[in-house]
Amino acid sequence: MSEAPAHEHPRRVLVIEDEPEIVRFLRAALTSAGYALQVAATARDGLREAASQPPDFVIVDLGLPDLDGVEVIRRLREWSRVPVIVLSARGAERDKIAALDAGADDYLTKPFAVGELLARLRVAERHARADGRAGDTPVTIGELAIDPGRRRVTLAGAAIHLTPIEFKLLMVLARHPGRVVTHQQLLREVWGPAHTRETHYLRVHMGNLRQKLEPEPSRPRYLLTEPGVGYRLREE
Amino acid sequence: MLLEARERGAAGVEVVIGVVETHGRPETAALLEGFERLPPKTVEYRGAALPEFDLDAALERHPQLLLVDELAHTNAPGSRHAKRWQDVEELLEAGIHVYTTLNVQHVDSLNDVVAQVTGVTVRETVPDSILDRADEIELVDIPPDDLMQRLREGKVYLGPQAERALQSFFRKGNLIALRELALRKTAERVDAQLESHRRLEGITGTWDVRERLLVCVADFESGLALVREARRMAVALRAEWFVVHVERPGELGARVRDREKIVDLLAFAEELGAHTAMLSGHDLREELLSFARGRHVSRILIAKPRRARWLEAIAGSLTNELIRSARDIDVYVVDAKRTAAAPAPAPRPDTAFDTRPHLLALAIVGVVTMLIAPLYGRLDRINLVMIYLLAVLLVAVRLGRGPAVVASFVSVAAFDFFYVTPRYTFAVSDTQYLVTFAVMLGTALLVSTLTVRMREQAEGARDRERRTAALYALTRDLASAASEVDLLEVAVARARETFDCDAMLFLPDAGGTLAPRTAPRTAAAPDARELAVAQWTFQNAQAAGRGTATLPAALGRYQPLETQRGVLGVLGVYPADARALATPDAARLLETFARQTALALERSQLETDTERTRMSAERERLRNTLLASVSHDLRTPLASITGATTTLLQVGDRLDPDTQRELLESVAAQARRLNRLVGNLLEMTRVEAGGITPRMDWHSIEEVVGAALGHVEPELRGRALELDVPRDLPLVRFDATAIEQVLVNLFENAAKYAPADQPITVRARVTADELQVEVLDRGIGVRPGEEERVFEKFYRAPAAAGDPGGLGLGLAICRAIVQAHGGTLVARAREGGGAAFRFALPRGPSPAPAPDAPQGAR
Repeated sequence: MSEAPAHEHPRRVLVIEDEPEIVRFLRAALTSAGYALQVAATARDGLREAASQPPDFVIVDLGLPDLDGVEVIRRLREWSRVPVIVLSARGAERDKIAALDAGADDYLTKPFAVGELLARLRVAERHARADGRAGDTPVTIGELAIDPGRRRVTLAGAAIHLTPIEFKLLMVLARHPGRVVTHQQLLREVWGPAHTRETHYLRVHMGNLRQKLEPEPSRPRYLLTEPGVGYRLREE
Repeated sequence: MLLEARERGAAGVEVVIGVVETHGRPETAALLEGFERLPPKTVEYRGAALPEFDLDAALERHPQLLLVDELAHTNAPGSRHAKRWQDVEELLEAGIHVYTTLNVQHVDSLNDVVAQVTGVTVRETVPDSILDRADEIELVDIPPDDLMQRLREGKVYLGPQAERALQSFFRKGNLIALRELALRKTAERVDAQLESHRRLEGITGTWDVRERLLVCVADFESGLALVREARRMAVALRAEWFVVHVERPGELGARVRDREKIVDLLAFAEELGAHTAMLSGHDLREELLSFARGRHVSRILIAKPRRARWLEAIAGSLTNELIRSARDIDVYVVDAKRTAAAPAPAPRPDTAFDTRPHLLALAIVGVVTMLIAPLYGRLDRINLVMIYLLAVLLVAVRLGRGPAVVASFVSVAAFDFFYVTPRYTFAVSDTQYLVTFAVMLGTALLVSTLTVRMREQAEGARDRERRTAALYALTRDLASAASEVDLLEVAVARARETFDCDAMLFLPDAGGTLAPRTAPRTAAAPDARELAVAQWTFQNAQAAGRGTATLPAALGRYQPLETQRGVLGVLGVYPADARALATPDAARLLETFARQTALALERSQLETDTERTRMSAERERLRNTLLASVSHDLRTPLASITGATTTLLQVGDRLDPDTQRELLESVAAQARRLNRLVGNLLEMTRVEAGGITPRMDWHSIEEVVGAALGHVEPELRGRALELDVPRDLPLVRFDATAIEQVLVNLFENAAKYAPADQPITVRARVTADELQVEVLDRGIGVRPGEEERVFEKFYRAPAAAGDPGGLGLGLAICRAIVQAHGGTLVARAREGGGAAFRFALPRGPSPAPAPDAPQGAR
């Protein structure tokens, strides 16, 4: 939590949040982690700020006083690819999905621990850097190694045989390690746009995948479930 | 009236003038000075603006005492009520005292006497029932000479009007007679008052048995006199009275117009305060006596027979028969002829004479005449007569009595003209044919009469059968209606069927404003005018609209749905023909219909009320417990947080790093606990606010167990877990977020109550129709008898060591969620100690298998 990313200049984070107490601890946590903070209390100010001084990350609260957070993301996405992390209340799965669909990179449910936020920022940054390159960089998480280029998956050194669907599913998750991928996104990328309603395909094949990759499928270490939203490949 | 009103005003009573006719007299106008007057309402009628008494303004103003002149006044068409006395009735219902004036010739029951004495028929009459309601009647008595003097001086009418009045109505003879009538009427009332006083004082005498009068009316003209006579007698005796008409099945062929007149007569009698009934039976005497005995009638009034004596000798006399068999009942025979000239109370326009069926009858005879032309000479003439008779029969069956009579005569004429020698003249060479004609005509008339009667009897029987069936169907359907909405639909559907027209039900909202609760069958919804009529019905608990005396210009007839709890709503029916509901039978059917619906509605509303009371009591209890729990359980973690943070703020720099860290960890843990509490509170609110609608989808329980375990990681603190979730479990439909919460609560519960060194076991199984998940611990367990109580809101197991914290909502929420899925959640003591919670979700059919060769697979 303490080590700041070593960069030539501090990464700028734009926080769009109207709650001063939340802003206060975000400022403390993020500056001590080596980020520079820009703060906007309303959606309009936030959008203006983002345009005048393009940040490296944006953190948006979904419950803003003047504009819906999802709308902020949509407008931001019209011209910017800056990573966006959404803060939302518990139980608001629909809002989270809407925000992700609108182009948010990830979300955090309030109340959250600062450690989680920093992890999300790290993932977003890695993802932003990797963007533009082909998604076949080998990924290693714990004992799991995925090599998309060679279509090879190993667990503790032993090769794992996957069906084409399972492999494809894992590839989509591995392309964004640590980041949540919605059900819709997975279905679209693996089965095609005509099958975005058949979530049960996903459950069956994710189950199979867990059986093959997880030592204890009911307590997954790699393939995490985000109930009501999607799946996440744990990053390390 | 005005002088009296002045006195009351001086005594501090709030007096307002509703309407006072000054007839241009300055004296009267002077008396009006100083009173508040309601401005008259202007009613447009045929281009003329008529000033009228403003009933709504009066109801709105609501004074203690209102002066309304000329009780017998007829309101301008388009007013709410036809007559002013109806306005006054409504004022009285609203609790406003009214002073009014009335000339004696306007009293309904005296109407025929007035007509007899003065030769002038007074059309504006006031029912005696309203007079009976008066607290006090004061007779304004002036000797006839003085009155005539006043008339000449212009104190009653002005100028030439006075002269005319003197010459026609207010002749001295008339005035004396009217004065006598007024004195007598008032005396009758004083008598009655004395009588009721005696009764109140407990002086029982001759009035132990209440008298009951029965009047049998046969036709309109004699009936009217009988009814008036009966009314006088009933008042004098202070008796309850009944007016009945007996329809003989054979008489059902009586002309529609006659029947309508009888209906009018019965309505008139009801206005005078009688109970009325239409009876039907073969034996008039039998029917009458059985009705009379059923109601303990002591006197029967009938009209003097008008039949010739020789006819009576043959057919027997009802009067004699009745007197003979009445035994204990007195029979009064009243001369009805003397009032033959009396006016009809509310003459209806006769139905327009319809020429079409008659022309059709002519045409049929014409066609028959032409058709039989080729048979002439080949068939005997007598057979031609038969063919004509057949035609008459056909006309009688199809077109009714009038056309059949026409056909009878025309047939005879045509037969004579075309087929009796000499042909093409009406002359007859053989006198024998005169007999043929007579028999032919007689047979034709008889056949047609019988046929028509038969048809009408059949129709009558069918009508009655239909009504009985309709009421039966209504009762049955209402009994089986599951909800109030159902009930309304059923009632309206039945009303439409029974009255063969559109029908609607109106129920009040919380503010007492009526709104239609069922869609109209025809596209148009009732407009504001119709709604106002319905509203009036609702407020006054009286039928209104078409076919009634109140707001008869409305399209619909509105019947209040009245029960002991008051008026629940209004039933509106919209007959195409106003007369459809004019007969007492139909009106009574509508009333019965409304009453049945009202009773069913009341039952349903009572049920809802009881349920609501129960619910609100439950909510109240919940709210109290909630407040108590919340104040305790939210404050405990807040206290630790406040304590820890203030310690750090004040003396933090003097604490060693380990203690600092310990305090901070405690703050984080307590904050998590608060978050959980708030989460459960919110979830409970959601459950309470109207239940949970699960978002069902296919899910793998393994996945959800994993997510839930991830969630409670900090609480489990590395505690051992025994996971028994088979890898080949099928997908089941449920709401993943909701079931995850169930698991989180169950895990937390286990972590809270079980020692840290004991493992928690999770077991999942499928049966043919269920998915079962068990969470087992080795904690304090569930004591016998508590298996159900643990699911109650705010129930908490007595903690083994210290306060485990929590609101006691977790398990209640779990059960609500599982039940919303159609599943079950039960608790039991685990063998070997500890608690076992098991929930089961219905499986349903499995989804289509997932394809393993996806589109675009590489």
